[in-house]
Amino acid sequence: MIERIEQLRAEGEAAIAAAATTDALEQARIHYLGRRAELPNMLRGVAQLPPEQRGPVGKAANVARKALERLIEQRDAALAGAELEQKLAEDRIDVTLPGAPLPPAGGLHLLTQTRREIEDVFVGLGYTVAEGPEVERVYYNFDALNHDPAHPARLRTDTFYVADDVVLRTHTSPMQVRAMEHQPPPIFLIVPGRVYRRDSDATHTPQFHQIEGLAVDEDITLADLKGTLLAFAQAIFGDERQVRLRPHFFPFTEPSVEVDVSCFNCTDGVTRDGARCPLCKGTGWIEILGAGMVDPNVFAYVRDHGYDPERIQGFAFGMGVERIAFLKHGVSDLRLFYDNDLRFLEQF
Amino acid sequence: MRVPLEWLHEYVRPDLDASALAERLALTGTEVERVAHHGVPSAEHFTIGKVLSAEQHPDADRLRVCTVDLGDAEPAQIVCGAPNVAAGQTVAVAQPGAVMPDGTRLRNAKLRGVESAGMILSEPELEIGVERAGIMVLPEDGLVPGTPLADVLPIATDVLELEVTPNRPDCLGVYGVAREVHAATGAPLAPAPWLEDPGADGAVADAAVEVQTDRCKRFMARVLEDVRVGPSPAWLKARLMAAGQRPISNVVDVTNYVMLLAGQPLHAFDLDRVGGGRLVVRDGQPGDELETLDGELRRLDPDMVVICDADGPTSLAGVMGGARSEVHEGTSRVLLESAVWDGPNIQRTSTRLALRSEASARYEKGLAPEQAQDALALATRLLIELCGARVAPGTIDVDPPGGRDTSNAVIRLRDARVSGLLGAPIARERSAEILSALGFLVDQADDGLDVTVPPFRRNDVTREADLIEEVARIDGVDKLPATLPASGHAVGRLTPAQKLKRLAADTLAGAGLHEAVGWSWSAGELADRLRLPAGDPRRAAVLVENPMSAEHAQMRTTLLGSLLDVACRNVTHGTPDVAIFEAGAVYRPIAGEPLPAEPFTVGVLLTGAVRAPSWREPAPPEADFFAAKGVLARLLDAVRVEWSVIEGSEPFLHPGRAAAVLVAGSPVGWLGELHPSIAAEWELTSAVAAFEVDLDAVIAAVPGPVRYEDYTSFPEVRQDLAVVVPQTAAAAQVVAAVRAAGGPLLASVEVFDVYRGAQIGDDEVSLALRLAFRSPERTLTDDEVTERRAAIESALAEIGGRIRA
Repeated sequence: MIERIEQLRAEGEAAIAAAATTDALEQARIHYLGRRAELPNMLRGVAQLPPEQRGPVGKAANVARKALERLIEQRDAALAGAELEQKLAEDRIDVTLPGAPLPPAGGLHLLTQTRREIEDVFVGLGYTVAEGPEVERVYYNFDALNHDPAHPARLRTDTFYVADDVVLRTHTSPMQVRAMEHQPPPIFLIVPGRVYRRDSDATHTPQFHQIEGLAVDEDITLADLKGTLLAFAQAIFGDERQVRLRPHFFPFTEPSVEVDVSCFNCTDGVTRDGARCPLCKGTGWIEILGAGMVDPNVFAYVRDHGYDPERIQGFAFGMGVERIAFLKHGVSDLRLFYDNDLRFLEQF
Repeated sequence: MRVPLEWLHEYVRPDLDASALAERLALTGTEVERVAHHGVPSAEHFTIGKVLSAEQHPDADRLRVCTVDLGDAEPAQIVCGAPNVAAGQTVAVAQPGAVMPDGTRLRNAKLRGVESAGMILSEPELEIGVERAGIMVLPEDGLVPGTPLADVLPIATDVLELEVTPNRPDCLGVYGVAREVHAATGAPLAPAPWLEDPGADGAVADAAVEVQTDRCKRFMARVLEDVRVGPSPAWLKARLMAAGQRPISNVVDVTNYVMLLAGQPLHAFDLDRVGGGRLVVRDGQPGDELETLDGELRRLDPDMVVICDADGPTSLAGVMGGARSEVHEGTSRVLLESAVWDGPNIQRTSTRLALRSEASARYEKGLAPEQAQDALALATRLLIELCGARVAPGTIDVDPPGGRDTSNAVIRLRDARVSGLLGAPIARERSAEILSALGFLVDQADDGLDVTVPPFRRNDVTREADLIEEVARIDGVDKLPATLPASGHAVGRLTPAQKLKRLAADTLAGAGLHEAVGWSWSAGELADRLRLPAGDPRRAAVLVENPMSAEHAQMRTTLLGSLLDVACRNVTHGTPDVAIFEAGAVYRPIAGEPLPAEPFTVGVLLTGAVRAPSWREPAPPEADFFAAKGVLARLLDAVRVEWSVIEGSEPFLHPGRAAAVLVAGSPVGWLGELHPSIAAEWELTSAVAAFEVDLDAVIAAVPGPVRYEDYTSFPEVRQDLAVVVPQTAAAAQVVAAVRAAGGPLLASVEVFDVYRGAQIGDDEVSLALRLAFRSPERTLTDDEVTERRAAIESALAEIGGRIRA
């Protein structure tokens, strides 16, 4: 019996070693360890043996079965791995075909992106954001902003009217007075929004977007305006930027300035290839906005709301969102913003 | 304002080249649009010559062969085509090598076989005049042949093109600019050219003026006799040309020259053509008509000021003279007007007549009455010097009935206020120096300076802040430190509504849509194109009284027009698949209110394939109602409002594919596919799916922060259910019935499949529902779930449904 067990074991080991596929291995398993195989039968028949043989035979058969099982397991792992590799090697795709498209990416309009970028800079500087009415009273758009009755901006050639005393706002500045009526100082506010002027060419659209800024407290200075706009310019156009104030005239600020940012396209007006910079026209500076100290006459309109011009002072600025986007992204014609051609929109 | 440097240098000559001066001016508040060059690029090779002989060219009738003394050992031979060339003339000559204003370089040439070493010049060739009839013949005046031409005539100058802000009409004159340059650079300023007045006060014998309107602030006039009208001298013509003014005749040129120098317009009447020798200044009257100098017949109205003589209107005050009293070749007696008018009135007049002149551009900004006297003195002197005139005794000087404004404000400039407003101090002495240079009178005060404003700045400088601006701009605002406000009160944030608006736009962009920014206007006919019936609230629009085009005649009441325009544009430009949104205001008039409501609205439009085709999906589905509804769901779920869609109708939608959008039970907009014949109006042939919702209303319904719901403690039981219902039952109706019957234990119900076909009746539809039951308090028993399910099934039976096995 024992010899037979050893023989079966040796045969089984040889058959397992010889199995070249998992199928052949399965055949070998069935042959040596299957339900009708000799070795398991011997194990099942141990009870019928004489008592003195039961122990040695049972043990030998069990050892042989376990040994074969372990071998099959090992052999199976080896064969299955090889077979998988083989199968995978045959499962080839053309990796150069295009990927499966995700739902297409959409995007915010460049004007929205730019507006948010600017809003975020000022929120970081401690400003809140407010929108005002686009259809606005002449009172807020002109009168309370110290435009004298004959100011040319009031003309119907320049401004859209919907009634004698109601216009499409020509700037976001009317919110200066509305905000001060609403809230006593201190006030730190920006006002993004649509504005309208009767003008249309490559650098003017009759509708455009502005962002107004207003900072009023007891001790706000023109130097603070400069620092604030420097922080803004560096955030939008890069940390190396400088700003320059140039005196100017606006009815609702005094002193008034125009603000230039150092050109980000060149060095002192000369591009890298030695040409005169087309962006700043060789000056090294680009005008980005108008600003100034709030005119005491404007405060006079909100004196009763806590704005005594002898005690309160502050600055205001207004910038064109289109202009900032136009400069930053090199858009050649402002009208492109309103064509909404997807070939334009998809670029940003 | 064009300021030739050659002219400016007569009054102030800073040690700066044109571009450095331009930069200095820009940094002190005078914007320089550009630095131009007038005349020849270089004065080299331009010389005074004397014509020694002028003989007929052997082979050309119109040419003469001249010998010209150019100061060299040998005279030059120059061929000249001008009819007026003659021996003995002193002329301007361009020698070979000279570069003309148009850039051509002169060379030795042969004209019809005869050598010519240069060119005898006419005025237009040098851009110093407009006389085209022949060469320029210079007065002898002891001019030596060979003298550089530039020593005699301003043939080359840089010109500053200034953009003068409306508060500074004093800089619309060369001397005013000189004063500004003096303050900005410290270069000494020559005395004003009008200090010497050859005229005298007193009555005038042969002319009279009466002023009947307060819109005339001052009217001064003088009579000049023995005037000889003719061309102006070359230097004057050259200056006018460089300043952009065409020379006409010496008398007119003098008035223009003085205007360009002093900033004060003048007008010369031919006194012999002033009916009655008497002018009346009055408001226009109905029926007044006047032919102005440009030959146009102007109809006047009572808001215009007119100057009349015995024969009626003869000049349009402050804007343009009349043809009838114009100075002409035979004029010998001139009535020279130097007047000041009400600025706003002149502006209205010139706007109403669409007639802007150099005079009106200055008057409309408001001039000081004192300036009239300066200009009159200067013009009198020049008419005597250049036109041989004799000034008649006396000066007419009439004030308006209400009197003349001669106030000279004195304003205190406090040192503390200067540094307080600017954020950096300016020494009191420096302020005094700057203000004096600008023409202000300065006296010391305890805490600063007492500053007297000169007349020519009267309208502009009225308060301390204005003085601070003056000292700051000249001292240099670019020198200020860059600081940040010290206030600790500033707290920056976006409001919840602002954040939700951003989230809405981000969600749509994330869903694959591109944002469009359309016009806030629409055409009046849009309502017709969208078939809005009479009485539709979207027909009531804010109308623009002066639109730039009919397309922009009113403020939009819906975003749909703008979305369709954008879709049309893209489809016709070869992009057939469009997925866009716009977020912005629409404008709804409110009865009895001057301003409309401006609800912030979101509109979405989809047409064409929802995705780009690929090798996996060569024909992706076209956008339809459900594509748009999917986007709507993404949007409203993102802002976490409770919403639903019910069958609805809009005049512009497909009648079977139209819905109303409800948020928290209230309508906030519409959803649907466009009616194909309306889409076709925008050249859109594929289905167009769209929606529009009032985002303000949506945001108002957004509940507070999301509350946590326990999902871990007790398991959820999921079951599927297929129910066959009549076609007429809406899915939402089925879901609502399920919800109601499911009670609080039914955590969610969703339609996940829809079947129509052979296995059920023709008028039936099968909906597959996924149910989830959950209790926050316990694990549900099978009995509980079975009971709920039974309730759901009987509720479905009530609406005509039966459960499919």
